[in-house]
Amino acid sequence: MLGRVHRWFFTIVIVATMPVAAFANDWGMGESNSKIPPSSIFDTVSTPAHEIRTLAFFTCSITAVIFLIVAGLLVISLIRDRARQGDNGREPPQVYGSNPIEFAWTTVPVLIVLVLFLTTARTIYSVQAPRRPPGAISVHVIGHQWWWEFHYPELGIVTANELHVPLSDPKNPTPTFLDLESVDVAHSFWVPRLAGKTDVIPNKKNTMWIDPHVAGTYLGQCAEFCGTEHAMMLLRVIVEPRADFDNWVAAQKQPAAVDASVAHGQQIFESTACVNCHAIQGTGANGRFGPDLTHLMARETIGAGVAMNNLDHLRVWVRDPSVMKPGALMPAMNLDDKDLDDLVAYLATLR
Amino acid sequence: MAGTIDREMGLDAVDDLEQLPILGRLHEWVITVDHKRLGLMYITGGLFFFLVAGLQAATIRLQLAVPNSGIVPPQVFNRLLTMHGTAMVFLVGMPILTGLFNYLVPLMIGARDLAFPRLNAFGFWLWFFGALLLYFSYIGGDGLYGAGSAPDVGWFAYAPLTELPFSRGNSTDYWILSILLTTVGSTATAANIVSSVFCMRCEGMTLTKMPVLVWLATVVSFMILVALPPLSAAQVMLLLDRFLGAHFFDTQAGGSAVLWQHFFWIFGHPEVYILVIPAFAFASEIIPVFSRKVIFGYSVMVAASCAIGFISMSVWAHHMFSVGMTPAGNSFFAASSMLVGVPTGIKIFNWLGTMWRGKLRFKVPMLFSIAFLFQFLVAGLTGIMLAVAPFDWQLTDTYFVVAHFHYVLVGAIVFMIFAAIYYWFPKATGRMLSERLGRWHFWLFVIGFHLTFDTEHFAGMQGMPRRIYTYQPGRGLETLNFVASIGALVQGIAVLIFVINVVRSLRSGEPAGDDPWDAWTLEWSTTSPPPEYNFATLPVVRSRRPLWDLKHPDDPDWRYE
Ligand code: HEM
Ligand SMILES: [Cu+2]
Repeated sequence: MLGRVHRWFFTIVIVATMPVAAFANDWGMGESNSKIPPSSIFDTVSTPAHEIRTLAFFTCSITAVIFLIVAGLLVISLIRDRARQGDNGREPPQVYGSNPIEFAWTTVPVLIVLVLFLTTARTIYSVQAPRRPPGAISVHVIGHQWWWEFHYPELGIVTANELHVPLSDPKNPTPTFLDLESVDVAHSFWVPRLAGKTDVIPNKKNTMWIDPHVAGTYLGQCAEFCGTEHAMMLLRVIVEPRADFDNWVAAQKQPAAVDASVAHGQQIFESTACVNCHAIQGTGANGRFGPDLTHLMARETIGAGVAMNNLDHLRVWVRDPSVMKPGALMPAMNLDDKDLDDLVAYLATLR
Repeated sequence: MAGTIDREMGLDAVDDLEQLPILGRLHEWVITVDHKRLGLMYITGGLFFFLVAGLQAATIRLQLAVPNSGIVPPQVFNRLLTMHGTAMVFLVGMPILTGLFNYLVPLMIGARDLAFPRLNAFGFWLWFFGALLLYFSYIGGDGLYGAGSAPDVGWFAYAPLTELPFSRGNSTDYWILSILLTTVGSTATAANIVSSVFCMRCEGMTLTKMPVLVWLATVVSFMILVALPPLSAAQVMLLLDRFLGAHFFDTQAGGSAVLWQHFFWIFGHPEVYILVIPAFAFASEIIPVFSRKVIFGYSVMVAASCAIGFISMSVWAHHMFSVGMTPAGNSFFAASSMLVGVPTGIKIFNWLGTMWRGKLRFKVPMLFSIAFLFQFLVAGLTGIMLAVAPFDWQLTDTYFVVAHFHYVLVGAIVFMIFAAIYYWFPKATGRMLSERLGRWHFWLFVIGFHLTFDTEHFAGMQGMPRRIYTYQPGRGLETLNFVASIGALVQGIAVLIFVINVVRSLRSGEPAGDDPWDAWTLEWSTTSPPPEYNFATLPVVRSRRPLWDLKHPDDPDWRYE
């Protein structure tokens, strides 16, 4: 009997999940982001996330103890107090209540809550109101449907979707302070291993900070429902040693490369609607609606993490972004194959 | 009542209807003002939408079973998500609970009907048309296959995503109007229950002798009266923004996005308690009967529920810890949220005290209630974790929250709805549901439930945001999501068994008799199903368990109360 149920059950499961696998599509972004370790909130590398983790462990231990006690009592009652056949059939003694017991199980929880609240409040203040050391980096984060814009006001850099920050040595901290604002709907900035999330809201400036102690790439994602492509509003934080960061800054400050061999591609870019939405420093393109493309090829992904940044993917994207990212606000550019090749060749020079 | 009286008033059409028995019977249901019929109509309607919204949930889980799946396109997914959430709250939770209270409260207080039977019918039909309107949106706009203009902005409908610049067409308007209608219906019922409880109790039933369920129905009704108006106000403001160019929430014109969130959660948080307190109410009736003991600590139980009602009005911004409040604001809402844990904990202990040294009978309603106790314990503890504001900065808007609130909404509320249906079905229909099918239903549902929602806690801590239509492979999420989806399938099978059980029992269930569970409250003293006027002669009571007094004349309750 059980064997039959088993077989029957697994047949249903397999049949039901087959079409799912068949529909899966993959633009090559999978492999790339799968090299970035999972974004566990307990695998932290930055002070605010650490502090939250400590508090989280404390909270989890308290709740675990409560669970074990209450669930244990329940199980005891279930096993011991079940009605047995052949007992006298009389009702058990009726107990209407007990003041001392009720008092005990009111005051004990109140005390637990008090302790928990005090530790909570301490962490709230230490994470929300940090000291800002002189060497701190400032970044202005702007949320868009469905991508991220990053300005470094003191360094004069604009980039998108991939945030570079220097490693913060605990002895000589260089934290990064983020001002967050949205130009359209509400978003939320969240890189689990670096800090908790902070909402990115139009007409409201929020701030947060990170100070990563371990170099590497950390994946984050918009956490507030913001419309069709909310799921594909990813971001990367690239934490690198100070020297690498400074090199990156220097490269980003350069105007766009000029390369005569791709002049036709550049001309296509400048004569189509591309320029209404994108900027390329040193050319006439100064649109603000979409990401700045000046150093496009310095970024590892396109479409806010939807795919790896390579020429094949760029070609698919420019022909029609909705193939990779249905609902994306960039329109299909309707270029013929030749123009598309030249345009992509031009984009390839934007290092 | 309605049937006989209206027939005497003599519409000609009625004679024709008599010849068409089905239409004739339908007509009687349409014009009825009997609280029992309206209660059953609410419950049936709610169960229908439970199946619809459950199917939507299954589709959501099917899409998320594997990474990068393309079964449903993003916009369709967002519609499914919005309709699932909206329907489960307003078209499933609210009507089924309203329906059960509608059915039970007059019987339990020994009254012949609610105070305002016609208002009651009015409330039901408002709800009914509101519900139709929501699903009608699938037909509007670009039609059935383009899935119409069903809303895709989430059941919380955060501004400014719901403002015209970001939500063109009429999808959001359908959402607003439908919710407006259904909430007016709920408000009418709440007013009705409050008035009935205060004015229609039978002789001898003082406030302190009411069954716990009646107390909780009263608390919930007061909460509805306080919590729903802010929602309606916000809906009207959003309509003004969308149609008349007001700027309450329109950030492009200087409005405030956070204002909407405050309005929404001032309603939204109490709403969760409006849904879960009825679950407490059913547990407080069912657990004693199947433990064969009086409820432990009646007055503390009632006081704790009132406390929950009050405190839950001051915790709404715990849904907004990441919105950028001041440290003081965050601390306040963390404190008040943790504080609700205290009365909630008291209730769990009281149910435990009721079972302690009782003689537990594991009938299906009791099985569901026991699972409820465990699951609600988990939900309460994850709730405490979320109240720890810094922890919430990591957990909010992730699958951890999805898991947490489904432990409340399914693990507590749906489980207790099933318990209540198994428990009172014999009263309402005169027939028993099958114990054997009921056990299959129960075990599959428990297993499926935990497969789905346990795993989601871990997906959330692994960084999976909620409301995403897909996720990338290699993020440590594949197994968790796959297991969660299988769990949804198992839950689906369980619900199917339940439907079969109900249909079979309606046709050929074992006759129930008046008091199949050997219970103690007034509804079991009348026939099953009860006559139109509930009681041939209005009862007189001396204690909280009138039938106990009858069955144990040597040791009646009123000696101890
Ligand atoms: C029985 C099986 C159920 C399953 C498998 C299920 C599944 C889901 C899933 C996968 C989501 C999407 C989570 C997200 O991405 O944010 C969701 C959301 C939701 N569910 Fe359920 N659900 C079930 C039952 C219920 C019930 C009974 C209720 C309420 C009475 C409910 C209320 C909600 C709400 C309010 C949302 C939020 C929608 C939103 O974020 O817009 N669900 N559910
Ligand atoms: Cu977003």
